[in-house]
Amino acid sequence: MLSIQNLTKIYDGKVLALDNVSFEVNKGEFLAIIGLSGSGKSTLLRCINRLIEPTSGQIIWNNLSITTSSQEEMRFIRRKIGMVFQHFNLVSRSKVITNVLSGRLGYINPTLSLINRFPQSDVELAIKQLERVGIADQAYKRADELSGGQQQRVGVARAMMQDPEMILADEPVASLDPVLAHSIMQYLEKLNKEEGVTILCSLHFLDLVHEYADRAIALNQGKLMFDGVPTEIDDKKFKNIYGQEAKRVG
Amino acid sequence: MHKQKPLVRSIILGIVILIGMIIYGYGFNVTKVNFETTRSEKRLTQLSRIMRALAHPSIFVYEKEENKADVPIYLPCPKDSLPDYSPNKSGPYLVLTPKCAGPGETIYIEGYNLWPNTKGPINFVAFSGVNLTIGHLHTDANGYFNAKVQLPKRKPVDEAQMIRAISRRNIGNPRFSDVAISTWEKIIETVFLALLATTFGTMLAIPISFLAARNLMSDQKASLTNIAFSIISWPFGIIVGIRLSSLVDNILKKYFTDNNLVWNILGSVIGLTIIWFTIKTLFVSPTKDTNKNKTKYFHTISIILIALTSICTILICANLAITVGQSLIEPLGPIGFMGNFMSQLGDVINMIMPISVGLVTGGALSFVCGKISYHISNKMSPIMISITHTSSAIVAGTVIGAIIGNTIEWFYQLDNQIYTLIWPMIIGAIIGLIISVRTSPKYNMPIGYVSYYIVRTLLNATRSIEPLVMVIVFVVWVGIGPFAGSLALALHTIAALAKLYSEQVESIAPGPLEAVRATGANRLQTIVYAVIPQIIPPYISFTMYRWDINVRMSTIIGFAGGGGIGFLLQQNINLLDYRAASVQMLAIAIVVATMDYISAVIREKFV
Ligand SMILES: Nc1ncnc2c1ncn2[C@@H]1O[C@H](COP(=O)(O)OP(=O)(O)OP(=O)(O)O)[C@@H](O)[C@H]1O
Ligand SMILES: [Mg+2]
Repeated sequence: MLSIQNLTKIYDGKVLALDNVSFEVNKGEFLAIIGLSGSGKSTLLRCINRLIEPTSGQIIWNNLSITTSSQEEMRFIRRKIGMVFQHFNLVSRSKVITNVLSGRLGYINPTLSLINRFPQSDVELAIKQLERVGIADQAYKRADELSGGQQQRVGVARAMMQDPEMILADEPVASLDPVLAHSIMQYLEKLNKEEGVTILCSLHFLDLVHEYADRAIALNQGKLMFDGVPTEIDDKKFKNIYGQEAKRVG
Repeated sequence: MHKQKPLVRSIILGIVILIGMIIYGYGFNVTKVNFETTRSEKRLTQLSRIMRALAHPSIFVYEKEENKADVPIYLPCPKDSLPDYSPNKSGPYLVLTPKCAGPGETIYIEGYNLWPNTKGPINFVAFSGVNLTIGHLHTDANGYFNAKVQLPKRKPVDEAQMIRAISRRNIGNPRFSDVAISTWEKIIETVFLALLATTFGTMLAIPISFLAARNLMSDQKASLTNIAFSIISWPFGIIVGIRLSSLVDNILKKYFTDNNLVWNILGSVIGLTIIWFTIKTLFVSPTKDTNKNKTKYFHTISIILIALTSICTILICANLAITVGQSLIEPLGPIGFMGNFMSQLGDVINMIMPISVGLVTGGALSFVCGKISYHISNKMSPIMISITHTSSAIVAGTVIGAIIGNTIEWFYQLDNQIYTLIWPMIIGAIIGLIISVRTSPKYNMPIGYVSYYIVRTLLNATRSIEPLVMVIVFVVWVGIGPFAGSLALALHTIAALAKLYSEQVESIAPGPLEAVRATGANRLQTIVYAVIPQIIPPYISFTMYRWDINVRMSTIIGFAGGGGIGFLLQQNINLLDYRAASVQMLAIAIVVATMDYISAVIREKFV
């Protein structure tokens, strides 16, 4: 249902961040994206919801061409694609609940939302999502008063508010400790298993990939180096992805 | 090689010093630096006189009473004997030694029985009745004084003239002088002038600052066809909008004449209710898929209807405000200014209505045209696309040419259509053609960058003109007074604050911005939810800083006719009334220091 064809991104006419990448993602799949720092993982994820304009290539989602959509059409596409970030990207001076509610911005009437009016049903939904990630009691605190782990849960709750068909997670656990990392990954897994949300998640640790992902793709300097089940990554493929000097740990 | 280096360096240093000397030498020459004048005795006495006057601000005055003593004097001495004069020694009297003298000569005056410990002038009352102060007296505990005065050099007169000593004393309690009272009135005016200028300047600077922020504008792109369509539709929309609003106004004037209070009230109430209910039923409806065509048309039509009703209602409300406000001025008595405030607000709404309707219509039309052009171009054959591409660019170029030509005509009144209309249109069309040929219909032009640079340039240009200069134009427009001053200060505030604000917008964290954009939020929502929370503290801080500047500025804007205390100050300086000027300077110092302190406290609270 998501099909990426010959996607290329060149920054400022110089930096080749994605080089003719093609792959497909099925509905309900948990896809891990791996690769060294600078290999183009973030660029790939941001091209999918056009936070970054691709230089060439096509992205087709549910028979809609994302790459040629207008601004207004993008609004309807984006609101069905949740996004989770490495640095959480919460609005730190706003309340937790406002951050979660901002997940509904693609749905509600633009004019009314400008004066911070959300339908009561949305407010209730926001509290419910916060309950699901276990921090409903923090709803009226300022976002920057929360710990990193709590902030990422707010990030997940915000994505869940969008009632997404797909979630793009850009290294969602890279700045969390291993225990918190697993708890965040478990929320994503739950969404994937119970609600059938497609998940594209870039990850640094192979053990996480093995544990949570159905499938993995690997990038190296913008090129697609691997596409398959995580267990298929043997030593040779590993060196292809991470370079000849890289050593496997764990 | 190594040895030469220090030499080269010293030569360069020498040249730099030489150039510095020349620059400052020339500077002294141009600014006419002359330290000799600072030491000349005449100027020093003048200086000390002014400084002493400044140190005696005339804030308080006493009611005074006078006690006079006269003595006749002959100027010059008569040829025959001097007539006898014996003063009444029970009251105050004067004794001259000698009893007569020639013009310009010095005599001694003694006075008796005046009030003790008082001061006052000694006047020479000429035969013509002219009063000349020739000295000052200062009585002792017995009411006695002596003074040495020089008689005036006047034409000789045979008759007796008079020397009059006046001693003055205060009665009752001190009261505020007229100067102090008028200074108080003007300083209030000054503070409010600064307040209004800051408020309105800030209100306009905020939206403009978003246009001047690179990170918000850089991803704004549109195809040439799109841009061309909106360029064509803007002026058209503005004209239609202005016509529309004046049409509505005229129709309304027939039925809701200024005096018909009942109709006005009824009209505003009904209008407001209609708007309220339509908005409620239309927008509060839960998340429907607005992409369906039926709801879309329904939406469009109702939005147009709401817009029309709003125009009517706002105009009626404005009329109501004017009528009610005017009639309230009298009955409200001391707070009658609230009535005036109300009617002025109504008047402002009346005034800006055609322009805002014009702008809104222009914006809406260009939005719709952009949409249409986008949808058409999705369905057209490639040839049709390039034809639209080229022709729309040519028409847009022509429109811009016509606008520029008209502007030139307005300024220079060339009165020659060939130069001010035909040629600009042809040139515009050619430029449009060239651009359209050089770009592909699919290419997205960085329209955001273009508007960013235009706004930036305009802001910089406006900012570089001091409010003291701007006020001259406004004085011509709205007359001397604080209104002109507020307008000038507000304009400068807009330019200065928009720049400061936009730099704050540029320095916000990009993460939350992209997160909010990723949820499907539109541009305005992104600004409200991701940008504004981040910029509130610096905005408050800059606004307070600007308020500071505006208070300072408003104290001197009166120098150029902009109202406020500066007007009084300048007047008194021109009249050489330094004691009065001193009161105004004192007031300025107090106000500026107080505002400084308050703004520092507020800034600390928020940042
Ligand atoms: N805005 C940008 N402008 C120019 N070059 C960029 C920009 N963003 C990323 N790049 C470059 O594109 C390449 C891919 O970057 P990207 O952020 O996608 O890598 P990544 O795989 O996400 O790395 P990391 O694991 O460190 O997050 C890098 O070489 C980077 O320097
Ligand atoms: Mg990254």
